[in-house]
Amino acid sequence: MEGSNVRRVVITGLGIYSSIGKNLNEVRSSLYEGKSGIGIDPERTAYGYRSPLTGIVDRPQLKGILDRRLRVGLAEEGEYACVATLEAMQTAGIDMDYLDRNEVGIFYGNDSSSKAVIEAYNVMVEKRDTQLLGSGPVFRSMNSTVTMNLSTIFRLRGVNMTISAACASGSHSVGLGFLFIRHGLQDIILCGGAQETNSHSMASFDALSAFSVRTDEPARASRPFDAGRDGLIPSGGAASIILEEYEHAVRRGATVYAEVTGYGFSSNGKQISQPSDEGCVIAMSRALADAGIKASCIDYVNAHATSTPQGDATEAIALNRLFGGRPLVSSTKSMTGHECWMAGASEVVYSVLMLRNSFVAPNINFETPDEHSRHLNIATQTVDKKLSHVLSNSFGFGGTNSALVIKNI
Amino acid sequence: MTRQEIEEIVKDFLIEEIEIDENIILPDALLKDDLGIDSLDFVDIVVIVERNFGFKIKPEEIQDLKTLSQFYDYIENKMR
Repeated sequence: MEGSNVRRVVITGLGIYSSIGKNLNEVRSSLYEGKSGIGIDPERTAYGYRSPLTGIVDRPQLKGILDRRLRVGLAEEGEYACVATLEAMQTAGIDMDYLDRNEVGIFYGNDSSSKAVIEAYNVMVEKRDTQLLGSGPVFRSMNSTVTMNLSTIFRLRGVNMTISAACASGSHSVGLGFLFIRHGLQDIILCGGAQETNSHSMASFDALSAFSVRTDEPARASRPFDAGRDGLIPSGGAASIILEEYEHAVRRGATVYAEVTGYGFSSNGKQISQPSDEGCVIAMSRALADAGIKASCIDYVNAHATSTPQGDATEAIALNRLFGGRPLVSSTKSMTGHECWMAGASEVVYSVLMLRNSFVAPNINFETPDEHSRHLNIATQTVDKKLSHVLSNSFGFGGTNSALVIKNI
Repeated sequence: MTRQEIEEIVKDFLIEEIEIDENIILPDALLKDDLGIDSLDFVDIVVIVERNFGFKIKPEEIQDLKTLSQFYDYIENKMR
């Protein structure tokens, strides 16, 4: 798609609030140092979880930053998203005056707001009266809670919708923002992904015995591609990305952090929880074709790999099919845990931090390869390396796959 | 519960929960125009009043209330 008439889409703002840091500087350091954000949440055991492991994410303090009416409708994941977006807007050089004078859109990934739903349910059980719920629950409970709140807080007037695509939600939000800008429908879109981390939010996922139970060493529990992996660790927070048309960014004098050059997608059309190497290959191949590059141009793959036995094996097969063992591969989920609805967006932020700072973050806890991962060039330690093109993968339940190509600029 | 106690409780929740500036919470203040209480705030005030005073506001009973003083009167009457 590269050509003089094609509108280029660049990243001019980034914001992150996660288990490995509450801003870009903290997260960059954690990524470089291979620091884990995983811990134990005793409340989960009391609640009836099989695994108490989770990414540890503090609740942000927004009182004094947002007035009450803007806070009342914010669910936990919306609070994370607000903090990440404040940083993204700041790095983009976009203030409220600019937002009042210019149209900015939003595509944000989110696929649950469990705590808000359960809290409202608990009031109903006790009071049996909807009039005693208050005004907040409706705005906190809907799947679109993040976009409806961010668009209000930041007074956004462009395209406005939530992307719900399981663990690929954040990635598809960036992909769709990329397409909207490339095709001239918008000049700036806030993209991202948010994920709640409370004990209510992951109970039904824990029901599948998908989570690691390596509770004696939380920081070593998330081990993508390692032969000893025993499941993922849920995590969360939010990541925000300002996508902007290149010429628009130049005219505005914005810092250009990286360019999004390709978006690929596919659906497996098979069993609801099973991954498919064919689906992964199709999404990645589409992203490469969209970017107009060969697989050999990719220096680094930020893998989806969540530390589940089957998911990681399937992605390793797909990566081997498409790349052989050439590019460096790591899953930052080894440090963050699986940030689910947020992951596709946060991993774009992590990838851009690596691009900008010329390193590949390690796939910590990768000690023993299995039959598939032994063919991959997995970064077991931080690698100082100038990167040209990065591929970021996200795959979700229901077989939704997304891949993004991000180019250094 | 005395009138003074009612006023103290209302004033406290207007400051703490609705986050209204203490300096403008005066008996003659207009609920909407002076204190900025909008329809969504009233949805929350129904919950707060039930928690503090043990009765539920019926929307049709408060639609004619204009000032904070009238709101105190309304609660005082309900508490009798």
